[in-house]
Amino acid sequence: MQQIINFIIRNKIFLLFVLLFFISLIFTIQSHSYHKSKFINSANFFTGGIYNTFNNTSQYFNLKSQNQLLSEENNHLKTILYNLEVEKQFPKSSDSTILKETYKLNTANVIRNSYAAKDNILLLNKGENDSIKQDLGVITTKGIVGIIDNTNANYATVISILNTTSKISAQLKKSNHFGTLMWNGDSAKFIQLIDIPKIANIKQGDTIVTSGRSSIFPKNIPIGTVENSKLDNAENYYEVNVKLFNDMTNIEHVYIIKNNDFTEIKNLLNGDNE
Amino acid sequence: MNRLIIINIVRFFILLLVQVLICNHINFMGYINPYIYILFVAFYPIQNNRPLFLVFSFLLGIFIDLFSDSGGIHAAAALTIAYARPIALKFSFGSLYQYTNIKFDAIDLGAKITYIISLTILHHIVLFSLEVFSISKTILVLQKTLFSSIFTILLCFILSVIFSRNTK
Repeated sequence: MQQIINFIIRNKIFLLFVLLFFISLIFTIQSHSYHKSKFINSANFFTGGIYNTFNNTSQYFNLKSQNQLLSEENNHLKTILYNLEVEKQFPKSSDSTILKETYKLNTANVIRNSYAAKDNILLLNKGENDSIKQDLGVITTKGIVGIIDNTNANYATVISILNTTSKISAQLKKSNHFGTLMWNGDSAKFIQLIDIPKIANIKQGDTIVTSGRSSIFPKNIPIGTVENSKLDNAENYYEVNVKLFNDMTNIEHVYIIKNNDFTEIKNLLNGDNE
Repeated sequence: MNRLIIINIVRFFILLLVQVLICNHINFMGYINPYIYILFVAFYPIQNNRPLFLVFSFLLGIFIDLFSDSGGIHAAAALTIAYARPIALKFSFGSLYQYTNIKFDAIDLGAKITYIISLTILHHIVLFSLEVFSISKTILVLQKTLFSSIFTILLCFILSVIFSRNTK
């Protein structure tokens, strides 16, 4: 016993080092698994507050390009709106009473963006007070951004599509062949689409959209265009390099999509498994 | 002695804020960022309470991890260089560094550069191997280490020259 205590006293610095290193390793391993980084994340009062203050100033620097984006979006929305009014005047079939609003949109600002690391996470300035919850989709006017991970009262972190742990279902716009979007960690401009069956006729420039199978994103949200594609080792599936529509390095205004049927669908699927 | 404590506390917070608000967003050539917070570990007083020094370095790292959502990689890297600092000191200033009472403001340039380089490379290797976290991508780790090290060393050196109180 005496010897053990002596050993501890003699090597106390080394043991402290090992202990602290072990703690940081645990945090690291946790952060590498999806939805597990509960303790060390930037969606808390302290870090969120500092980022928010800093962002209040720094967002003035790219006001111009962001205004440009917003006016483009206004333009697009107005076109849809006017087309709808035309439709209203000449209704095809007036069944609108049974239509329920499935998707609800919420705007938010990105107060911390990252795209240089291997597992990139964004921070938004909306949280549970605006009924933002885990597993909601995040998009911009041009395409998808990611999925909400952690939330607190006023802030939320987003697992970016530029994250090696993120997996999103996507499909070809022209046909219904679908696959999984992953990121290999190389370039912020490209993302990889795997498991597209060989029978799908993929050409360069084909548009890739979300498939709507995951109930997080609605169908037909644009993602990017096919840059190049090759067959995988077993020669059964395509691995496609997709060029993103979104400039992930310049994101300010985003929309959070809430699917009102999400819990219903989830319950149904869970019931199916039992 | 009292002044030294205050200087180090101020340095802790300033380096933390500069790192997370400015340096983490440089992204030169896509992914190259300087990690200047290692200056805190490098210029911590030599006559110190070692366990306390390790804890402070760990805390600085974990704060940076909090801000950048990176798990515990900065904590591990900062802790490692804090633990290995005596070796780096011995390597760059000779084995008698403990008795000669080195002032970081008044050491010659060559030794200072060797000291910063050795700490930076060790820090970056630990940091990036934990960030990438897979053996099959060792080349990526080395590549990131090399490029970020150049940036970090340059910036650390410039900062240490600018803020040294040694007016010749």
